[in-house]
Formats: sequence, structure tokens, C-alpha cells
Amino acid sequence: MQGGLLTEGKKIIDVGPGLFAEGPPEDAVHIDCAGLVLAPGLIDTRAHLREPGAEHQETLFTASRAAAAGGITSILCTPDTDPVIDGVAEVEFISRRARETSLVKVYATAAITVGGQGRQLSEMGLLAESGVLAFTDANRAVENAGLMFRALKYARSLDLLLVQHPEHPSLTDNGTMNAGPLATRLGLPSRPPIAETILVERDLRLAEAAGARIHFPILSTQGAVEAVLAAKERGVSVTAGTAPHYFSLTEIEVEGWRTFAKVSPPLRVEADRAAIADAVVNGVIDVIASDHSPHHEDSKRQPFEQAAFGMAALETVLPLALEFVHSGRMSLLELLRRVTSGPATIFGVPGGRLAAGEPADLVLLDLDLAWVLDAKEFRSKSQNAPYTAYPVRGKAIRTVVDGRPVFGGET
Amino acid sequence: MSRTEIVQYIDRADLIADRLARENQPPGTLPGHLLISLFFENSTRTRASFQIAGQRLGFNVVDMSLATSSTGKGETLLDTAMTLNAMRPDVLVVRHAMSGVPHLLSHQVNCAVINAGDGNHEHPTQALTDALTIRRRKGTLEGLTVAICGDIMHSRVARSNIRLLTIMGSTVRVVAPATLMPAGIETFGAEPFESMAEGLEGADVVMMLRLQLERMHGSHVPSTREYFRFFGLDSDKLHAAKDDAVIMHPGPINRGVELDSVLADDIGRSLILEQVAHGVAVRIAVLEALVQDSAPGAPG
Repeated sequence: MQGGLLTEGKKIIDVGPGLFAEGPPEDAVHIDCAGLVLAPGLIDTRAHLREPGAEHQETLFTASRAAAAGGITSILCTPDTDPVIDGVAEVEFISRRARETSLVKVYATAAITVGGQGRQLSEMGLLAESGVLAFTDANRAVENAGLMFRALKYARSLDLLLVQHPEHPSLTDNGTMNAGPLATRLGLPSRPPIAETILVERDLRLAEAAGARIHFPILSTQGAVEAVLAAKERGVSVTAGTAPHYFSLTEIEVEGWRTFAKVSPPLRVEADRAAIADAVVNGVIDVIASDHSPHHEDSKRQPFEQAAFGMAALETVLPLALEFVHSGRMSLLELLRRVTSGPATIFGVPGGRLAAGEPADLVLLDLDLAWVLDAKEFRSKSQNAPYTAYPVRGKAIRTVVDGRPVFGGET
Repeated sequence: MSRTEIVQYIDRADLIADRLARENQPPGTLPGHLLISLFFENSTRTRASFQIAGQRLGFNVVDMSLATSSTGKGETLLDTAMTLNAMRPDVLVVRHAMSGVPHLLSHQVNCAVINAGDGNHEHPTQALTDALTIRRRKGTLEGLTVAICGDIMHSRVARSNIRLLTIMGSTVRVVAPATLMPAGIETFGAEPFESMAEGLEGADVVMMLRLQLERMHGSHVPSTREYFRFFGLDSDKLHAAKDDAVIMHPGPINRGVELDSVLADDIGRSLILEQVAHGVAVRIAVLEALVQDSAPGAPG
């Protein structure tokens, strides 16, 4: 669509084709977007921002700098900080630090259980009142089925969204990579794909029985995709997400004990990668999130079993996701739904749409700009990602939050 | 390692084993080299055999164990490696409970690194030792049927033996309860069995593995007595193998858990002590190769 968009203060006030047929208003700053695509800023529903507690790995400021460069204007941060975000005080800390230091909008998610320990429900109602958009025990699923059932019922009564890591802890054990011949050869303890299928199947049944909403933020297996599809077809209020590495990479990346490719859930085999990609295309997966997990080099330059899980990913979501468009598998609008209006609707995040009255959170994309991903160039405080010379196409060249430029451009 | 390299190592170790048996000395010495043996995990025979191999060659041997190193003081693994590297050793012998550690260290140091066993990954000098032991008894590795039995999942010895023996033309079978059988083992060229009677049928070599104590009590197998009943080697189960089948074990043995005591001590069939003796010969061959220019390539 060709057209124009006008912002004033923090808001979009007008948008549409032929908006500036008579030329732009004389008192406005005019940005010519010819040949580029103007889109709502990306909404990243899952990033580990490390503040408070591990500021040597990332801070809200450094994460926001990376996010802005990646076209992301809103981030939902996970509660697995130190201390864990499980009380109103921690939420207020995040809000204040975001206001003071962050270039993009940061929304807190809070733990389902106190300390993320899986024993006692957190004060979900009070946390929601303080602005929490969703609840998750981050990288660890609530293991106890009875507790999860009660959490879902309680969340339903307050219309809150629970977000669950997809693997059952009793089946992941001490596993560090996907189970199969490669793990056997590398001699690494592994996590079978069934760990994910079982947990997802279980929680789908629990959510269905409780009448509650549930979101699986980072699916990695074919089995889980099939379970979510079946549940959607029978009317369960389920939504799902994945991270770009699950549709871009496979377990082969950990060959040579490459700890930068150690993530949770682990990278899987080609059949799973293809199933995840298909699910993004056909909409079984509603959301693409970064699952940004910054780690200092010291946490990664370790024996594989001891190294930390996760990769830095704020700057890679957009270029890796655009591959669906370049390959002709998705239209640009459909892809943008997975990173803008989709997450906005599911999580209740403001923005994600180009419409009058919406926040002026915008990104200007050069879809055809060819460049090379290199983790060393990341603006994040940590550069832990397995990309060294990974060719991609498409880049955010200017990012705007609440009408203010936060990345690119000359202003 | 290629078949040619394996044969080179085994041929050389064969000769060294003869010489050691006659006069307790290898064919030649290479004095002046520094070997640091870095064991982050307990070991008796591997550690001792590398030290003895180094000493027989006239190396200076420094033995570092976890208990005496700084890793207990919070120094990272890489710091320890770099510290030792600064003392300019020629060879670093590394044993670690985690897979990939020798690989990780080899990128940080400029001396040769020998994998003396890493996690559940590999134990290359043990596989060379076992191959030498089999060849000295059977005359060849080609065409033999070798049954490796027990905790395959957690065994680096099994993985290295499967690799080496299949390259050398042996038929390799693995026998284990389903809970101790690693995923995709058949892709390594080993045929999996869940019954000793079937797995040992017509075998030339029965290689028993140690069952780790922590796996015995309910987490992987119900009990040691149940394990011995179905997977422990006794003369009854051994009947399925060839009449001249030999018994091997990388040690240390849990007598009455994976191996009946009488069989372990049967000098006609058990090669267990020969494995230990040949371990020194193989490690001498490997050390020689690594400090000489003619090195055919580091094992592992």
C-alpha cells in the first residue's frame, strides 16, 4: 500500500492512501519513505533482560539499544531476574528503570509461582493491577500439574494470560541438547522431544478444563505443533510462539560443543525445524519472539554441560523472520502479524497497528538490503549467538517510539 | 583416525608391548619432554598408565589432580588450562567428567592435548588398548564379532570402541537394558540387543562395561541383583558366545554386578589384566607419536 502517516506527540493521528496528496503539512517533519516499508514497531513478547541482578550481561538500556536496532519498539521481559519478578515492588522497579533508561517500551511479566519455584502461587491479581501483562516461570515450566491447574483456574477468573515453557522438567532431567544420534556421539546428556509434547498436551488439557487462556512462547517440536493445532481445532484458548532459531537452525549447530547454540528448548532436527516453519506460515504459531537470552562470554566459554542456555537475539528476529517473505512462503502483511498485531492482541500490548489513535511506535524497513549477521556487531551487552557470517536480507533502518526516533535517521 | 593411523598405532604398541614384557623398557626414550596429566575426575589405571608411559619414555611427568588444582578455588577451567600452558608442557593429558573438555582446551593451549576420557564422549586410548589386546589374542580384528554389554548410554569406552572396531572391520553389537541404550546407536554401525542370550550368540569377544553406582538403584535399573540376573556375565550366559570367546572389561570391575568373579579371574578367558598391561604400551606409542614429527595425528 502506498500512502502517508502523520504523527503528533506520542500518537498516530492519521494514516491512509493519498493522505498527503496535496503534500505533507508544512509544519511537520517530513520523512520520505519511498522504496521502503513503514510498519508498526515489533512487539517482542519474550526477552530475558537480566536487570536487576545480572547487569554485567545486559541492562534495560543496552537491551533497548539492541531492540531499537532490530525494529522492536516494545518488549515483554521475563521475570527470571535476581530478585525474581514476583511482587509489585519488582514490577515497579522495572517500570521505573524502563522509564529512566530504556529507548523502547518495556513491560514486565511476572512469575506464576513465588520465586519461580513452582510451589506457591504469586499474587497474580495485585501484579496485574501493577501493570503485568502475563505470567510465566520463564525457562522452567510449572511441574506440578495440580498447581498448574489451580493457576489456570485462578488466572481465568481474572482473565490473565499464563505463559508456559514447553518442556516437562522431569523429562528434560539434566539434558543439554536434543536427544538423538548427535547427542549420543557428542556424549551429552539430552532432552527428548517428548518432554515438550507431554507438557504441551498436559497444559492444553488443563487449560481446556479450566476454561483458561494459555500461551506457549517457544515451541521447538513437531509434536507440540500438532498438539496445539488439535487443541485450536477443538476450541481451546491457546496461542503459541516460537523464536527464529527454531525455524532457522537445527541441532547440527552444537557440533563441536558450540555452546553459543545451546538453548532451551534445544535446537532440534530438520523435521522439527520444518514443522515449526510450517506452523509460522499457516498460523498455528501466532507469534515470533526473540527469547533474547544474553550471557557474558564467561558463562558460555565452558564445557557444554556447564554453559548457560540461550542466545542474544533482539537484532536477529526481523532479518530471520523476513526470510519467509523473501522465499515467497508468506506475504509481508501476514509475517508482520506474527510480530506486531498478533502479539499485541494476545498480550494486550498497546500498539502493533498503523491506525489513528495508536501509539506512534514505528519501524521503517528496507526489505531488500542484503547484509551479514555477525554476533560481534550486536548492540546488546552480550554477543552470544551462533551467527558469524550468516547472510540475511532486510533491515530496520529507522525506529520510532512514541513519535521519538530511537534508531537510525539523522534526527 | 583413519584405519591406516589406527594400524600404525597398534603395530607400534604391539612392538612396545613385547619389549616391555621382556625388559620393562620401551624401544627408545625421548627425554626432556614435559607431560602434565590433568585429571578432573578420579582414575586409577588410565592416570597411572599415562604416568608410567611418560616415565618409561624419560619424560618429566607432573601429575595434577582436581584435589590439588585451583579449580576448587573458583578458577575457571580455561584459566587453569592457560596457566598450565604458560609452563610450556609438550603434552597435556586431560580427563574430565564433561564431554568436549579436551576439545575446548585444545583451542586454548599450544601443546598436544590427549583425551584421557571426557564425559560420555570418548576414551580413545582405551579403545586402542582394547584393539591391541584383541589383536594379540585373536590375531586380527577383521571379521570378529564383539559384543559390548552394559551401560552403553553413559560409556565413553563403548563409543570409542564402536568407532574403532567398526573401522577395523569387526562386527559390533551392543547389549543393554533399554534404559541404558543411547538414542540412535545403530547409526554408529553397532547392532543393538536387549537380551544377553541374543547379543552374545556366536561372539568372539565379550566386553563388559562398568555399571556406575548412581545408576544402579532405581533410576535406570531396579537393583544390582536384578541387573546381574539379566545383564551380568556369568558362565551360563557366556555359553551363547563362541567356545573360545574372551572376556574384557575396562575396569574397575563391580564383581557380581556386571561380571561374575569366577569369570573375571579365569586366566584362560579373561583379558582384563592384559588390557591394563597393554594400556601402558599404547600410551607410550601415542606419546612418542605426538612429540615426534612423524605424528600420525592426535587420537580423539
